[in-house]
Amino acid sequence: MKLENISKYFYPVMGVVLVIFVWHIYVVGFDINPVVLPKPLLVLNIMIEERVLLLTEGWATFKECVYGFALALALGIPIAVALTSSKTLNLTFYPLLIGTQSVPKVAVAPIILVWFGLGFESKLVIAFLVAFFPIVIDTATGLRATPQELLDLAVSLRASRLQIFLKIQFPAALPFIFSGAKVAVTLAVIGAVIGEFIGATEGLGNLLLVANSQVDTPLAWASLVALSVLGMVMFAGVVAAERILMPWAEDH
Amino acid sequence: MVGDTCSFCELENVRKVFHRKNDEPLVAIDDVCCEIIEGELVSLLGPSGCGKTTLLRILAGLTPASDGTVRIRGKDINGPEPDFGIVFQTPNLMPWRTVLDNVLFPMEILKLKNGDARKRALDLLELVGLKGFEKVRPNQLSGGMQQRASLCRALIHKPSLLLMDEPFGALDELTRMEMNDLLLDIRRVTNATTVFVTHSITEAVYLSDQVLVFSTRPARVATRLRIDIPYPRSPELRYTEQFNKFEKLAGAALGVTR
Ligand SMILES: Nc1ncnc2c1ncn2[C@@H]1O[C@H](COP(=O)(O)OP(=O)(O)OP(=O)(O)O)[C@@H](O)[C@H]1O
Ligand SMILES: [Mg+2]
Repeated sequence: MKLENISKYFYPVMGVVLVIFVWHIYVVGFDINPVVLPKPLLVLNIMIEERVLLLTEGWATFKECVYGFALALALGIPIAVALTSSKTLNLTFYPLLIGTQSVPKVAVAPIILVWFGLGFESKLVIAFLVAFFPIVIDTATGLRATPQELLDLAVSLRASRLQIFLKIQFPAALPFIFSGAKVAVTLAVIGAVIGEFIGATEGLGNLLLVANSQVDTPLAWASLVALSVLGMVMFAGVVAAERILMPWAEDH
Repeated sequence: MVGDTCSFCELENVRKVFHRKNDEPLVAIDDVCCEIIEGELVSLLGPSGCGKTTLLRILAGLTPASDGTVRIRGKDINGPEPDFGIVFQTPNLMPWRTVLDNVLFPMEILKLKNGDARKRALDLLELVGLKGFEKVRPNQLSGGMQQRASLCRALIHKPSLLLMDEPFGALDELTRMEMNDLLLDIRRVTNATTVFVTHSITEAVYLSDQVLVFSTRPARVATRLRIDIPYPRSPELRYTEQFNKFEKLAGAALGVTR
């Protein structure tokens, strides 16, 4: 048990350490110009020095992602429920949904900026747009994949449609919803950064662009690391929610 | 039927045809007639794929018959009756509920969940040997234990008809024999009319008052056997001449013995 736990953390940490080590050796060994690739220690230094800046900008991006992702959940799940519970709705809107999904979000982003401005709202909308689709599709798949025998059991007891939904279909779909949410949350970060790249006054993506244009490569790298930490934090949040809401998925 | 016995369920010329896409219609059940007496345990014995599950679903009101009449307590059935209990071919428990909450599921749906229901669920779990596992989730139980829990779930609302679809088919021989005795014990206590689907000749003869042997698809009643061995029955019964005689008769109807 204990040994297992140690190796669970030991190997991933060793992986990261190894990559950082190779990075360091490469920069030092080949005498690489810090403008091209800074040493890991230099990036770490900048991160500590500029921690207030990184945290402020990080907080801005974090809010864009969280709100976009939350909106995707709040709209995506009910829409999936509507699509799976009505044949007509499904026939009318499912093809449309697939169709709109094939429009590349990066191409839509400039239009969104025109509509919603340079501020927080446009990033939220782009994050929402990219996070929405996997949530709808996975939730719909999950709701359709309810084991037939469980439905039969409920029908044999003359359960109402609401009872069937709340007590069987929804909990049975939860694993699907969470796998959609995990994809969505990573996409939400990408969406927010795309929005910031196109035009913004704050956020880590904006900071990265500014640092790059000033040839401040270490700061650009620091923003990049901060962004990936942000992504991991959001992902961990979803995993934590999964553990709390689906305790049965762990114990086997 | 005879004497003061009272008919619980009658099937007359029941037929079931499945209309399939891009394929000719499939006759699953053809012209089945039978009568089930109140309190009786009837086995439906037949080869795999002959239509046993389909017939059970018709009795449960989950699938409508294409033709013929199904009468339960003198009334034509249309749709499921909530006072039936069903045990499916697989245990079919909800992984997100504890064993106890799985057993209480029917009571929740019927809005009868209260202290008494809880007490009854705990008693049933004890009866099937799952005491101490009430708070455990199904994925921590063995297949046999899951099927026991599923049996409790089917019994919790005191069903007047218990429908069981090869409930022990996936269990090993020893567990299966144990479960057979458990079922007979339970039946002595509850007195529920029981329809039991199986493809095991021994199981059918051991458990039943009446065995309906079905032909290969489309299912028809090939033979009706009345097993007049008194209850309680014990495992040694399986090795008696009287028992083997019934097994032979059922086997002959299925075409496996001469
Ligand atoms: N919904 C359906 N649509 C089309 N055909 C079906 C349907 N349900 C069952 N069948 C067909 O009806 C026949 C009888 O099926 P059924 O499940 O009743 O068999 P069974 O006797 O229970 O078999 P087993 O012992 O393997 O469980 C099979 O040939 C099956 O393919
Ligand atoms: Mg079957």
